[in-house]
Amino acid sequence: MRQVENSALDDALVVIDNLHFAHSFGAHQVYRNLSMRVPRGKITAVMGPSGIGKTTLLRLIGAQLYPQQGSIEFAGHNVHQLNRRDLYELRKRMSMLFQSGALFTDMTVYDNIAFPLREHSQLPEEIIDTIVKMKLEAVGLRGARDLMPAELSGGMARRAALARAIALDPELILYDEPFAGQDPISMGVIVKLIKELNASLGLTSIVVTHDIAEVMTIADYVYILADKQVVGHGTPAQLKQSDDPLIHQFLHGEADGPVPFHYAAASLEDDLLGSDHA
Amino acid sequence: MLNRVAALGKVTLDAIAGAGAALFMLMRALFGKPQLRKSWPLLMQQMYSVGVLSLLIIVVSGLFIGMVLGLQGYTILVDFGAEQSLGPMVALSLLRELGPVVTALLFAGRAGSALTAEIGLMKATEQLSSLEMMGVDPLRRVISPRFWAGFYSMPILALVFSAVGIYGGYLVGVRWLGVDDGAFWSVMQSNVEWGQDILNGVIKSLVFAFVVTWIALHKGYQCTPTSVGISRATTSTVVTASLAVLGLDFVLTALMFG
Repeated sequence: MRQVENSALDDALVVIDNLHFAHSFGAHQVYRNLSMRVPRGKITAVMGPSGIGKTTLLRLIGAQLYPQQGSIEFAGHNVHQLNRRDLYELRKRMSMLFQSGALFTDMTVYDNIAFPLREHSQLPEEIIDTIVKMKLEAVGLRGARDLMPAELSGGMARRAALARAIALDPELILYDEPFAGQDPISMGVIVKLIKELNASLGLTSIVVTHDIAEVMTIADYVYILADKQVVGHGTPAQLKQSDDPLIHQFLHGEADGPVPFHYAAASLEDDLLGSDHA
Repeated sequence: MLNRVAALGKVTLDAIAGAGAALFMLMRALFGKPQLRKSWPLLMQQMYSVGVLSLLIIVVSGLFIGMVLGLQGYTILVDFGAEQSLGPMVALSLLRELGPVVTALLFAGRAGSALTAEIGLMKATEQLSSLEMMGVDPLRRVISPRFWAGFYSMPILALVFSAVGIYGGYLVGVRWLGVDDGAFWSVMQSNVEWGQDILNGVIKSLVFAFVVTWIALHKGYQCTPTSVGISRATTSTVVTASLAVLGLDFVLTALMFG
């Protein structure tokens, strides 16, 4: 594994240590000995080929999934050792932007953003109204507050979901493939929003994506996952200069290399002619 | 042979795990700290969607079933000169059996399938996950109000069904076929007992409401979050809930009237 020293990692908000995780009672190993540190106040990108389990990592950080071994600490709390009540309390300090947006379809955009405030605060409606309008203004959707989620485009839905994610002013936002399926303009808007919100609200962001070009422009630190573990990490500049063939293949989108083009299979000769052709 | 034993073992383990998950879901949904300020509007909203919106199918079905009972009852009873017993026959059939059972079956088909599909879609579109990540327990916010709405709605719907059914029997028996009006109501009144007939019907209805709503919510909550998964879960809700209602009806009838 490529080790890149970085002093920013000393002040980590999320610390993942020797994580082992498998779905369905060990049928499919997703992570083996995964360790990461997410620096506080920075944008950390987690990249890797499709199917590597990047979304699973976010669900592990949010304690929606439990690892077989290892630990994940958020702000000094081991998220998997908290009881249910403490975990739900801790989750108020983090937020997740789902790939689909996950807006509540039976509520207007306004009510979607007011929802966490109404659930977790005793604030009067006038103050909630002010906060919701401010959050909508931050993502440029103040004029769309009365629309239903079904009336929004994909990009607008993601921005509305982002406004909801920042409603409670969390310390950490987990972005699950925020650029997937977006047109260039929407993508540019979301890149800008992630960067600006992180700076203006003092957030820590984890962006899981395989849109390299976009994320490399805003990430302060990057982890590359492959083969069930971290295969490289560092600042975007450090990674671009890396001579590791796997990192090079991934960053340049090469079809073949350490990550093979072909899924593991018997040799073509055996497959076409039968294994007893000899 | 060994594979078959292993497959049987897997099915058994899956069934036990499924039952455990369903029980766990129910416990967590029902035995949390109540928050009346937040729960009440949610309960009312669900009572409307589960109960009020089921009224039409309940009223129309009740009316027709009552009319059929009136017609069939009359043709049998008139042979024995006992057509004046049509009132209690219609009323007892509806209050003891048809009211709770047919309401539960219709409820499983209309409201139960809707609940499963709604929860399944919320799962597929990550709305349940997003609730969890917001620190809001989906079992308390989504499952619990739907469960109580189903539990309270079904007995009321069953009573509406029986009342409308009796009126349907009256329309056919008295207004069409000429059974004496006074006899129809007075014989019914003297033969229907509050505890034995009406209360037992309500108890049956409460049991069916518990089971049907529980099955519908569990199937939605545990479904595979894909279009095929939701479709299977919805079908499974109607089939499982209907069979459970019919099986439980026999057990309850044996206990109450056996």
